[in-house]
Amino acid sequence: MSAVIDNHAPAHGHDGHDGHDHHDHGDHHGAPPGLMRWVTTTNHKDIGTMYLWFSFVMFLVGGVMALTIRAELFNPGMQIVSPEFFNTMTTYHGLIMVFGAIMPAFVGFANWQIPLMIGAPDMAFPRMNNWSFWLLPPAAILLMSSFLMPGGAAGVGWTMYAPLTSQMGPGMDTTIFAVHLLGMSSIMGSINIITTILNMRAPGMTMMKMPMFVWTWLITAYLLIAVMPVLAGAVTMTLTDRHFGTSFFNAAGGGDPVLYQHIFWFFGHPEVYIIAIPAFGVVSQVIPAFSRKPLFGYASMVYATSSIAILSFIVWAHHMYTVGMPVAGQLYFMYATMLIAVPTGVKVFNWVATMWKGSLSFETPMLFALGFLFLFTLGGFTGLVLSMTPVDVPLHDTYYVVAHFHYVMVAGALFSAFAGVYYWFPKWSGKMYDEKLGKIHFWLTLIFFNMIFFVQHFLGLAGMPRRIPDYNPQFTEFNQISTIGAFGFGLSQLLFLYILLKAIKSGEPAADKQWDGADTLEWTHLPTPMPYHTFENPPTVK
Amino acid sequence: MMKKFGALIGAALLALHAGTATAAYQLNLTPGVTKASQMIYDLHNLMMWVILVIFVGVFAVMFWSVYAHRKSVGHKAANFHENTTVELIWTIVPFIILIFMAWPATKGLLSVRDTSSPDMTIKATGYQWKWGYDYIKGEGEGISFLSQLATPQEQIYGTEKKGENYLLETDTHLVVPVGKKIRILTTAADVIHAWFVPALAVKQDAIPGFVRDTWFKAEKEGVFRGQCAELCGKDHGFMPIVVEVVSAEKYTAWVADKKKQMAAAQDDPNKKWELAEMKARGEKVYANNCVACHQANGQGIKGSFPALDGSKIVQGAAAGHINIVLNGKAGTAMAAFGKQLSDTEIAAVVTYERNAWGNKTGDVVQPSDVKAARK
Repeated sequence: MSAVIDNHAPAHGHDGHDGHDHHDHGDHHGAPPGLMRWVTTTNHKDIGTMYLWFSFVMFLVGGVMALTIRAELFNPGMQIVSPEFFNTMTTYHGLIMVFGAIMPAFVGFANWQIPLMIGAPDMAFPRMNNWSFWLLPPAAILLMSSFLMPGGAAGVGWTMYAPLTSQMGPGMDTTIFAVHLLGMSSIMGSINIITTILNMRAPGMTMMKMPMFVWTWLITAYLLIAVMPVLAGAVTMTLTDRHFGTSFFNAAGGGDPVLYQHIFWFFGHPEVYIIAIPAFGVVSQVIPAFSRKPLFGYASMVYATSSIAILSFIVWAHHMYTVGMPVAGQLYFMYATMLIAVPTGVKVFNWVATMWKGSLSFETPMLFALGFLFLFTLGGFTGLVLSMTPVDVPLHDTYYVVAHFHYVMVAGALFSAFAGVYYWFPKWSGKMYDEKLGKIHFWLTLIFFNMIFFVQHFLGLAGMPRRIPDYNPQFTEFNQISTIGAFGFGLSQLLFLYILLKAIKSGEPAADKQWDGADTLEWTHLPTPMPYHTFENPPTVK
Repeated sequence: MMKKFGALIGAALLALHAGTATAAYQLNLTPGVTKASQMIYDLHNLMMWVILVIFVGVFAVMFWSVYAHRKSVGHKAANFHENTTVELIWTIVPFIILIFMAWPATKGLLSVRDTSSPDMTIKATGYQWKWGYDYIKGEGEGISFLSQLATPQEQIYGTEKKGENYLLETDTHLVVPVGKKIRILTTAADVIHAWFVPALAVKQDAIPGFVRDTWFKAEKEGVFRGQCAELCGKDHGFMPIVVEVVSAEKYTAWVADKKKQMAAAQDDPNKKWELAEMKARGEKVYANNCVACHQANGQGIKGSFPALDGSKIVQGAAAGHINIVLNGKAGTAMAAFGKQLSDTEIAAVVTYERNAWGNKTGDVVQPSDVKAARK
């Protein structure tokens, strides 16, 4: 199969220069100068960089919202914001972190790494790639403009359950349109990723030789194409219920509010894996590199990731155990959900087996990958607890769930993104970051993360509902620990920014193969710093 | 050894949440006061043991690697990978553990979802932001009341000391007899709410236009507190639930008392009211139903909830004013109060709004006007 596909690799226009195998001739046209470089760029590296910076900015915006929430919850009573503003904070914190921070971060990794890892000169559709990115800033502006609308932004939760959405002002509509734009961007990005991976692999790079990160993105891109239209449908139905007299989610007109939840979670559960699977991919590169030992079960990792993706489509109603489904439905969703533990377990066991009898070193990327492994597994354990319907009933919509999904989203996806940035930053920028500061960043992030979220398990077990701006004094102590942790966590991320800026400005030059255990094409076949264009001649993979 | 250690942890956990259910630093689910809550508590503990064993197993290996297989102590990397036997084992063993866990979960689920043959049926209706209870079947049939937050605003905004049951206290309690199977039907008038009481291990969404059910059978008398668990707008955090479980005799007495109260509270629908007494009555209705959005000063909240002071509807024809209170306004948070309030109460609140703050229409709306508008 790959022999045929390899013919599609772009013909190279400079036959006379084919003397070198490894070094491409990017130097004969580098990046154009000025601001327009970034607006008009079709270069996967530039676009990847823009995705990553965009995601970092949104991470800070969403973080400020999280701190507003935590500040209000420091003490019982209403002190800082009004209840309706509090609701908008929880809503936009969720939307921004999911759609603005985590998803674009991993698309940024995909843009940088997929062409480099499969030996392709760029993404398959470079102009569409530019468009996928440049849809994001308008979407973000539209989303934030909700706060300026009459009546303020929508306080409905990131899940935007009907019929509460029908009570909101125009801020709800701008949010819906922003979700549409973000969805379009994701779908275009996914088409690009799938086409690139299937058609532009270097000769000899068969599917089962692709680095794990590429595999995880191939699977993720399919998930995105399958479910983003579903979300777009759900919010469009909300829009027509609001303005055009339809009653999809309005019982008085023959609709059903629960229908919204089914549609939303049909998107929402795969969405969890859209975030988690590329994170698995990054970790699957980092752990072998710093263990100096190949991934233990490459094939079984591919199968496990695919199984997780398929299972993610048939478990959605475990988010809805309290809506009053028939008991047979609850049993089915419980069994299907528990089943996800099997492939997830396979992945965790594989990572641990990869480390076993390796030659481990603990640079910052490895620390974040280990942090991921440890804490993501804790998130998996609480997931198992929540999968059991009877136990979920008292825990549903409490802080236990908040703790659970932050272990998966923050300790999972965010830690993995940090691991990825520290791992690839030397290659991307040609500069080394300050290893000592990187390690401090890791330890601060780890400690404060657990301070915020570990205690939230206890709040949930004791019955504190989520999304409440005020609480009974019995919950005070854990909330205070959580809030202090949140501010520490937020400040630690400014250290991350400092580390990046310092490295860009005055970092030591990085080596061609900065990490001796790394074995993917970008490390083995390309110089550091990389030229603007790489692999114009495809490398040959043995 | 393991057993001793387990008992020790168990005892420590028990000590931590012993006594009241509202102690600070509660670390585990409450065992509650129903068989279902006890079952869930036990199931959760069982899961935690299974998880602890897996946790120790997996991370002992990982941390041993971190400790022993490090480059800095000169460990050379082995180069093994792929081993079908190992991979089969770590796929099949978790599967078997899951089956072992699914069994009690299935049994538990079937028992908590069995709402058949209840001794009493009560309907709980979620409103923004209070609960309404209708005793539909069994002793006390016909009793109906609203139950809303009793915590004063002064405590919320910090000018008064917060009480022990801050935000978890209501003006009226849902009173039920001990040892009887109580079926709760949930529904809502506006958006989705959820009826959640931890000690009863009950959480059921209340969905507008649909009726769902759940049940509990309290084994102990006492007062058990919970709150709405589904985001339902501005005052989602301020609509608690208080269930008071009493002995059969006390319950019978409560029913008699409540029925008397309800009869006494019945207004004569044909009474002609004077402005002053109607306004006084209306102020109370306003404080219970309208103040959360339109505010005590009638100014509303700019952008979210319109001001009533100087409002065109309030100062316009009474019919339009009565209509919006009765039927609400679609697409906004303005609820239809027709089903919650009596003719007299609606007449009173409309009268109050038309004569409060800067509004000086001088109108007195009579219950008969509201009755006519309902048709």
